[in-house]
Amino acid sequence: MLDRDAKRVLIGKRIAQELKDGDYVNLGIGLPVEVANHIPEGIRVFFQSENGILGAGPAPLPGQEDPDLINAGGGAITAIPGASYFDSFISFSLIRGGHINMTVLGALQVDAQGNIANWSIPGKLVPGIGGAMDLVVGARQVVAAMEHTDKDGNPKILEACTLPLTGAGVVTLIVTDMAVIRVTPAGLSLCEVASWTNVDDVVASTGARLLIDGPVGTFS
Amino acid sequence: MAKIISGREAAALVAPGSRLMVSGFLACGAPSWLIDCLVEAGIKDLHLIAISTDYDDRGIGRLITARAVKSCQVSHIGTNKTTQAQYKNQELEIEFVPQGILMERIRCHGAGLGGLFSPVGVGTPVAEGKETLTENGRTYILERPISADVALIKARKADTLGNLVYSKMARNSNPIMAMGAPITIVEVDEIVEPGQIDPEEVVTPGALVQYLVRKGA
Repeated sequence: MLDRDAKRVLIGKRIAQELKDGDYVNLGIGLPVEVANHIPEGIRVFFQSENGILGAGPAPLPGQEDPDLINAGGGAITAIPGASYFDSFISFSLIRGGHINMTVLGALQVDAQGNIANWSIPGKLVPGIGGAMDLVVGARQVVAAMEHTDKDGNPKILEACTLPLTGAGVVTLIVTDMAVIRVTPAGLSLCEVASWTNVDDVVASTGARLLIDGPVGTFS
Repeated sequence: MAKIISGREAAALVAPGSRLMVSGFLACGAPSWLIDCLVEAGIKDLHLIAISTDYDDRGIGRLITARAVKSCQVSHIGTNKTTQAQYKNQELEIEFVPQGILMERIRCHGAGLGGLFSPVGVGTPVAEGKETLTENGRTYILERPISADVALIKARKADTLGNLVYSKMARNSNPIMAMGAPITIVEVDEIVEPGQIDPEEVVTPGALVQYLVRKGA
């Protein structure tokens, strides 16, 4: 078992391998922001934040925070040379219009149809939708970044989501601390397992049938 | 042509029970002085339209904490515990609207459109009870315009004609909400004479602005 930080790094690092030179990428709040720490050598990607920037840079040095430069989670950021600012209308036009190559979002549940739920646990916690519903229908690739099971060990990857959906049939890739799973028309295809675990454990920790079409790789 | 007024005069333009649009994203680009003036005036029963309710003690959240809001259309409340508590206790009615579609619905009103067909939220609770359209195999839902009685927004600089310039990412929902109500009140850091802002720089044209309030005045 890995601790939470190690899981976060493992997931972030693996998702970063999916990026291509020149990609425009939107990272959701929470776990997904880890991806920015692992951009492969020789690749240049541009981070978009729905509150109005293309070309978001890393956090500023302490004392140099600008209240007019924040990410979607409210944290201080910088703007890279060549960045642009725009209003929310342009920002979501970029998102919905298919101009963003990849979005990475946290998830409470995902399922075999590529459905994702990440905005509401009715009666318990309803943080709301934010930009997530626009992102999942608009970004060309939708990556769910999540721990494979909940804190009690229950699967979060299911045959069918039970929580209110954020988007239907939208997820293209699921990356967890245990596995890399592609969403295909035939169902969920197990592509890789983390080197600390094995295929049997992944299958046992998953609430949906996993297709194993070829050799399963490893990642670490 | 914009009229320069005080924060107190601005608050008097917001009637109890009215529909109020307030700009900003997690308090960045929010009209914090106008919010303070509204809280001080004790106006209640508002219907709030905003991206989020920001923080308990900062930005739009101050209106929630002051129990000035009875219902709202927002995209997110995850950073505000008071909003979550009032929602859970059913003191506060909330329609969750996807953020980009909230912007488009306001823009529809401002641009004289009757609504839009949106792919966002199809197959989710957002689509419930809405008319649909299927085009080239893709399903869309009808989203109707959203308007308010008064919009409170924030700009860095205005000229006396109401032309506005923003600061960096504090632009966010401001130019859209400027079109959302017949009365738009802008909190600004600085007011200059016509001609002192390069027309190339103007983001929101003065025709959308009725009142200007200097921050702190």
